[in-house]
Parts: sequence; C-alpha cells; structure tokens
Amino acid sequence: MTINHYIFLSVALFCIGIVGVLTRRNAIVIFMSVELMLNAVNILLVAFSKMHYLAAKIINPATQAGIEGQLFVFFIMVVAAAEVSVGLAIIVMMYRNIHSVDVNFLNRLKH
Amino acid sequence: MNKFVFLIPLIPLIGFLINGLGRSVISKSFAGILGCGTVLVSFILSIILFLNVRNGHTGVEYLYNFISFESLHIPFAFQVDQLSVIFLLIITGVGFLIHIYSTAYMHGENPAAYARYFAYLNLFVFSMLLLVLGANYVIMFLGWEGVGLCSYLLIGYWFRNTEYNNAAKKAFVMNRIGDFGFLLAVFWMIRVFGTTDYVDVFAKASSAPVNVTVLTGITLLLLLGATGKSAQIPLYTWLPDAMAGPTPVSALIHAATMVTAGIYMIARSNILYTLAPTSQAIVAVVGLATAILAATIALKQNDIKKVLAYSTVSQLGYMFLGLGVGAYTASVFHVITHAFFKALLFLGAGSVIHAIPVILGGGQEQDIRTMGGLKKYMPVTHITFLLACLAIAGIPPFSGFFSKDEILISAYSRSPILYWIGLGGSLLTAFYMFRLYAMTFLGRYRGTAEQEHHLHESPPAMTMPLVILAILAVIGGFLGLPEIFAPDSNWLEHFLAPIFAGSEKISPAIPVAHNTEYILLAVTVVLVVICIVWAIGRFRNYSLKELEEKGLGKFLQNKWYVDELYDAIINRPLRAISGFLNSIVERSGIDGIVNGVGRFVNYSSRQLRLIQNGQVGAYILMMVVAVLFFFIIQLFLK
Repeated sequence: MTINHYIFLSVALFCIGIVGVLTRRNAIVIFMSVELMLNAVNILLVAFSKMHYLAAKIINPATQAGIEGQLFVFFIMVVAAAEVSVGLAIIVMMYRNIHSVDVNFLNRLKH
Repeated sequence: MNKFVFLIPLIPLIGFLINGLGRSVISKSFAGILGCGTVLVSFILSIILFLNVRNGHTGVEYLYNFISFESLHIPFAFQVDQLSVIFLLIITGVGFLIHIYSTAYMHGENPAAYARYFAYLNLFVFSMLLLVLGANYVIMFLGWEGVGLCSYLLIGYWFRNTEYNNAAKKAFVMNRIGDFGFLLAVFWMIRVFGTTDYVDVFAKASSAPVNVTVLTGITLLLLLGATGKSAQIPLYTWLPDAMAGPTPVSALIHAATMVTAGIYMIARSNILYTLAPTSQAIVAVVGLATAILAATIALKQNDIKKVLAYSTVSQLGYMFLGLGVGAYTASVFHVITHAFFKALLFLGAGSVIHAIPVILGGGQEQDIRTMGGLKKYMPVTHITFLLACLAIAGIPPFSGFFSKDEILISAYSRSPILYWIGLGGSLLTAFYMFRLYAMTFLGRYRGTAEQEHHLHESPPAMTMPLVILAILAVIGGFLGLPEIFAPDSNWLEHFLAPIFAGSEKISPAIPVAHNTEYILLAVTVVLVVICIVWAIGRFRNYSLKELEEKGLGKFLQNKWYVDELYDAIINRPLRAISGFLNSIVERSGIDGIVNGVGRFVNYSSRQLRLIQNGQVGAYILMMVVAVLFFFIIQLFLK
C-alpha cells in the first residue's frame, strides 16, 4: 500500500466527520463526528511517520526519524480523552436543563 | 503719593465685585451708595494725584511684570503724567455726577437690576481708568476691551428688548473691527521696537531712523482702532444705535468718556503721528468728513437722543481734525469741554424723557415732535440745557467757543479750506442744536393733555448734577483762553506742554496773525448767531402738521442710507455666501459624507447581523467554508 491510500482514507474520514458535524443535530452524534476527524488526523500522522522512518532507515539503520509523528498521536489521544470527558459532562448538563440533546435548541447563546 | 495710583482703578473694581456678586441680596440704596461712593473716592484720589502732578511729580509706576517672553517684557505699570491725570479727572468727576444722576433716573428698576446697573457702571469706570493709566499699549488695550464690553452690556441693559440687543451687538462688532486694527498695530510695534512702553516706543521712534512707511502703517492701524472706539467714518454707525441704553449711560460712555478713548490714544501717540505726516493728514480728513456728515444727519433727526448722538459723532470729528492738524492741546481741550456740555445735554435729555409720562402700551417718549413747551414745567432742566446748547454752538464766553475755535484756528494755519469746511460744520451744529432746543422747550406742548398734566421737574438728585455740569460748561473754557484775549493765559497748553513737546519740536505750530484771528472769530460768532436765530424762529412754533420730508431732507433723515449701504455691500454678500455654504456645501456636501458613512455602517451591520443567528451549525459551516477558501487561495498562490 502506498502513502496515497492512507491519505485518501484519512481525507475520506475527515470529510465524513465534517459532514457529520454540519448536518447532524444530535449532540452525541456531532461529538462522534468530531472524534472521527481527530482519528483521521491520527491516521495521517502515523502514516507519514512510518513513511519517513522507512525512507531514513535505508541510509541509517539506527535512525529515529518520524518518531515525533507517533508521539503526536499519543498527545492527541490524551487531549481527545480529556475533551470527551468535558464534552460529555456538558451534554449531560444540557440534557438536564432542556431534556434534549438537540443543539438547535441552543441558538440563543445565553441563558 | 504716586505709589498709590493703583487704588484709583482698584476701588471701582471692588465696587463692581460687591454690586455684581451680591446684586440679589443688597438693597437699592446700598447699591447706589456703593456705586457712587467708589467713584467719589477715585475722584478724590485723582484730585490729590492731579495736585501732585502739577508739582512736577510725574513718572511711571511699575507694579509687576505682566508678560515676560524671551526679550519681550510688558510690565503692568501706570503712567502718571499731565495727560492721564486730566483724563482721570474727567472720568471720575463727570462719572461721579452721572452716578448720582443714575440713582434717581434708574429708581424704577427692581433691586437686582439696579445693582447690576451700578456694577456695570463701576466696571466701566475701572476699565476706562485702566485705559488712560496704562503705561504701555497692552495695558491700554486691556482697558480698551473692557470699555467695549461694558458699552455692550449697558447698551443691552434692557435685554428683553430685541432691538436693544441688536444695537448692543452692533456696537460690539463695530468696536471689534477697530480693536483688530489696534491689536495688529501693537504686534507690529513689538516687531519693530521690541517694546510697547510709551516711553521706549516714543524714544526709539524719534531717535533711531525708523522707516516712515512702517510708522505710517502702525499709525493707520491705530487710527482704525480709534475710528471704532470714537465713532468716526467708517465705523461710526454704532453710536447712534447705542442710544438704546439708559440715558445716563449715553452721557457717561457715549459722550463724555469712552468715545474719547480714541482721541486719548492718538494724543498719547502724538509723536508717532507727527513723524508720519500721511497718517496725520488722514486723521484730519476722517475727522472733518465725519464732523460734516454727522452734522448734516443731525439736522433731520427727530429722536432727542439721536440728535445728541450725531452731535457727539460730529464733535468727535472736530477733535480728530484737531489731532490731524497737530493741535493736540486743542483736541484735549475740546475733549474736556465736550465732556461737560455733552454730558449735560444727555442728562438734560434724560431729565426730559423722565418727565414725560409713558403712554400706555408705548415706550419712553423720545420724539421731539411730540414735545414742546417744556420750559414752563422744567425750569432747571431748561436753563441748563440752554447753557449747554450755547456752549456747543460756540457762543462766547461759553466753553465750546474756546475749544472749537482753537481747533478751527489751528486748521486755518494748516489750510484755510479745512477751516471753512469746519466752520460750515459748526454752523450746522448751532442750527440743529437750537432746532432741538426750540422743539423741546419752546412753543406749546404737543403731547396728550393727560401727559401734560403729569409733567414735572426732575428730583434734586438729577438736577444737582445738571447744575454742576452747567457751571462747568460755562466756565470750562477759561482753562485754555486763547493768546489773543490775554497773553500767556492758556493754562492747559502750559500744563500739557511736556506731553506734546516732542511733536512741537518736529513740527511747530504755525502762528496765525492776531488780526486774521480776530476777523475769523468775529465772522464765526456772527454766522453762528444768525443760525441760532434762524433755527429758533423756524422751529419755535413747530406743529405736527408739517409735511413729510422729501428729497434731500429724506436723504438726511435716513442718515445718508449708510446703514443700508453697509447692509448691501457687506451684510448681503456675506449672507449670500453663508446661505450658499449652508445649503449646498454643508447640507449636501459635508452632511452627505457624514450621514452617508453612518447610513452605510448602519445598513451593512443590519445585513451582517443576519449571519449571527445563534445556530452553531451555521457557524461551523462558515468556518469550514472560510478554511476551504483560504486553502484554495493557498493552492493558487503557489
């Protein structure tokens, strides 16, 4: 598999995420779409990381090139986990207040 | 004693502050006593100062440094010398009498307005004293502006009347035009001489070779200031309108003191004028032209105060003529005698106005056509008024005769034409003054019977000043007896000699042969008497049925249409330009731009607001679109 396949997969996931965020009204689904976009980025990072590593290994077998990409992915995962906890808390509060998770009810930007 | 000269202006200023600030709490009698008392104290101090100066104690009293900037120093200092002390005596002396007169004349006002009146009057006296006492042109200018302000305030004293307010504004604006010239002259003086102190300026002007053109420029600008303040052509039109103020104000400000400020200033700067003969000639021509013009207008006026106002303008013209022909002493002499008899005339007119009851719904009666026969009812006013008329007409031995003839004889020594024209003017003076006298005091009363029943002589507070001024108007002429009557008897000329010594050295007076002078005097007196007899005969039995004026008479009655002329050449074009700027440039130009910007912002924000609908999805869509947009731009820019 060439790098192109990974890029196409990632772009496809990202677009699905965007369309999901834009079209869905259920807050939880929007949340899931956001996760999808984050993971699309993760795939891309890992793919490029591997690509650089393979290219560098031919010259220097002991190389560590591309390691930053992998590290980044872990960071994103951690941040995403934190975000999920905060986001879900918000959704719970939202449900308690308006008995719905439809974001279109939240159009006044105030109490 | 000269050290305490600052008290002379200070005391009226204190009177002004007390009366002005406490006007709503103090009683009428207190305001009156304070107003008169402060001026009386100043008068007494002025007399002491005068005696001191006569003993030779003259000089400049330095108080403090008023303005100090680089090499320019303008001290706040007072000039104590013969000229200023004479003006001090006139201002405080005549001023005091007029204050006394005012206590009775203004008794109908309510207490606050009464105190306000005396506050203004005291402020005026303060400014006028500052004007004549200042030892440099800047201090003089302070007083100069101050008297202009007080004149404005007092003309518009009855401020509920729009017409009076307009008269006040006219006086102020006309004065401002003159002040502008004065100010430019002061700046120019600082540029050329580096100082404005009289002593230094005159010393530098006469010793160092100063360009005559520069001196001519400075003196002409000063003359512009003088024409504004002293009501000369072309700025004289405010003075007749200034009669809107209370009559004592007309007597004090618009006859005896403020309007002579221009004469004081030129007499003070006599060396500059003598060194610039062109300016001096212009002064003479302006004075003579004003004297004749105003005299012709006065012939046909029917308002008792308007006649006196034009007469004042005319007499001021004579003073300018005197200054212009180098007869500075004669001009100052005429200022003194004029202060006596013109203040007397105005106060007499005030007494007449006061005596005639107001008709219901009408204002105070000032039209001499409806007066007449007042001789019977007001003996004191009548006699004093008659004496003043004789003085102004120039009948010997009344004061006006000596002062006016001194000016005319000096004019004759420069050019006989000036004399003959001036003589014509003085004949007109005699004629209109006795027309006024005859129409007011002789014949039968032409008002209503109801009014006639109420005619009365004025109270003593009004007649006392009249009597004192009448005595002064009769004997005032002996201050400056001409050489031909008694050698070395001209006291005033000796007294003022140090002031005009510099000018005398540069251009000495040309003596006129005594025989010629006798003939000229005799001719003048005979012609004046003829005019008086003619005027009395013509107007003593004036009846209301006389026809309306036609031709030349109408032209004169309408004051040569000078107001209309100014209106046509200055006001109308100005208004047309303003109207154009207002309706075209302002409305559609500037307003269009300003309102256009506002409307555009308003409209666009109204449209943009629609985007802010609160839908999170919409915001995200916008964000995505924007990101894509920049992404595509990025691609194409590569």
